[in-house]
Amino acid sequence: MSILVVMEQRGGSWNRMSFETLAAAQQMAAELGTTASAAVLGQGVESLAAELAGRQLEKIYLVEHELLKEYTPDAYTSALRQLLAHAAPEYVLLPHTYQVRDFLPKLATSLNTVAVSDVVAHRVEAGALVLVRQLFQGKVNSDVRFTAAAPRFASLQAGAYRADRLMEGSAPLEKFAPQVAPGDVRTRPQERFRESARAVDLAAAELIVAVGRGIKEAENIAMVQELATVMGAELAASRPICDAGWLPMERQVGSSGQTVGPKLYMAIGISGAIQHLVGMKGSRTIVAVNKDPNAPIFEVADYGIVGDLFQIVPELIAAFKTAK
Amino acid sequence: MKILVAIKQVPARDSQLKISSSGLSVEDADLSYEINEPDAYALEAGLQLKEKHGGEVVALCLGPARAAQTIREALAKGADRAIHIEGDEIGFLDPLSAARILAAAARAEAPDLVLTGLQSDDFGYGQTGPILAELLGLPHATLIMEVEKTEGGIRVKRELEDGWFQHVEMPLPALLSIQSGISKLRYATLMGIKKAKTKEVKRLAPTDLGAASANSIQMDRVYLPERAKQTQLLGGSPKEAAALLVEKLKFEARVI
Repeated sequence: MSILVVMEQRGGSWNRMSFETLAAAQQMAAELGTTASAAVLGQGVESLAAELAGRQLEKIYLVEHELLKEYTPDAYTSALRQLLAHAAPEYVLLPHTYQVRDFLPKLATSLNTVAVSDVVAHRVEAGALVLVRQLFQGKVNSDVRFTAAAPRFASLQAGAYRADRLMEGSAPLEKFAPQVAPGDVRTRPQERFRESARAVDLAAAELIVAVGRGIKEAENIAMVQELATVMGAELAASRPICDAGWLPMERQVGSSGQTVGPKLYMAIGISGAIQHLVGMKGSRTIVAVNKDPNAPIFEVADYGIVGDLFQIVPELIAAFKTAK
Repeated sequence: MKILVAIKQVPARDSQLKISSSGLSVEDADLSYEINEPDAYALEAGLQLKEKHGGEVVALCLGPARAAQTIREALAKGADRAIHIEGDEIGFLDPLSAARILAAAARAEAPDLVLTGLQSDDFGYGQTGPILAELLGLPHATLIMEVEKTEGGIRVKRELEDGWFQHVEMPLPALLSIQSGISKLRYATLMGIKKAKTKEVKRLAPTDLGAASANSIQMDRVYLPERAKQTQLLGGSPKEAAALLVEKLKFEARVI
């Protein structure tokens, strides 16, 4: 019984979430009385794998192949199936990234099992792992247990575990050469690109007022803009607002936008889907204004006002004006 | 192009959820239901492709009898016909068990393109697309923003994290999970609603498809999350709450 972490890198740079997953694996290994190992997939990534040598791990698997240089679900699934047959871990943990979401369900299906995706916590009960995941956009939690044999897959949500809890030690490197043929890979990825340079650096803002779906109409944004102006804050938004074109994409906070950590983050009409929370939960003080007392945003908020934002925001504008 | 779009009916987004007495689910008595929003974007992408390249859009839905309403809405928006795999008594299906049933129905259709939403707003595993692709033996890509037809297949724009994108080419048939929010969703027209009544809805039972399988995971318990932080809720009138918040931010949190 052991745990294998599939680390994520792209073009020789880590996806930092991998280290949260590695720390989680070490913690679970200690609780289950087993060991954790790590796998790094790619081509020319030996130096990355070597960076893990100072961690408390049983082994580091360096899985290299020309066809793993650029990510494709076919090559990753093929290479990982071969690695899993060789390493035979009981549990396989991965960070819940966009890339993992793309290949993990396919990999698990090819092994006739199901991955528990987007896990936020765990506990060990009678020697077995029980995983906690969120349902209904974070409004409800559920405990999930594996009923099928190994390998048992789980992907861990960003921020659910802390990378700074990683334990030091030493780990030997083992090279593993998978067999992947060009004909196995059906998709052809092209160069990555970014659409526009960001003119607004929300990460540097000290005060942020962010607006979400609760604002209902594009015209109503002006009210939140006024609040931001009165407070001397930057205006930000959750994804639906930017998708609708009500504010530019560069003002979007969340997993597909910017990650921010201001002194004060005021969320107006934002329910707090996890994709938004991962982008702002590091803020020092969080205020939420929302009509639904069970909205997930209140799980991270220090102060909350439950009610109609169309009544509350004008009063906030007045109160901040008075306070100046 | 024959396009199959998988759609699911889920509780409306602003539902107030209560845990059922069994502790295994949420109370469904007072809930209202709607199409899973990410699936509405998959349907929209399918309808746009049909408008451009011709062909047919088939909506595929696994769900209880009430899902017929969501299927009718998809037909009213422009889907040509639908398949409703009606299972009131199917109980908890893990993503693979559910996808096996969908795959059996999809296989019989032999579509050129299968579209799914990114994830469901209820259980949110976000896995149905890639699982279906594997079961159907199709190449796939997820978080798709644009689809372009090419000589030998399709070229798609895929969203990566942190503002990055990538184009990916693949042959058809293929499966795509569509990113939410990429286009404006259409409303059903009066004509569409009228026409929907005459469109074909094929009803199947999960048992007809012979795709029963054991779950690999089990949901033990459903419960309301504990708060990570103790939130101070500021009550009173909007005016009082606003004044109290400013005072707290100034003198307690000292952030303004």
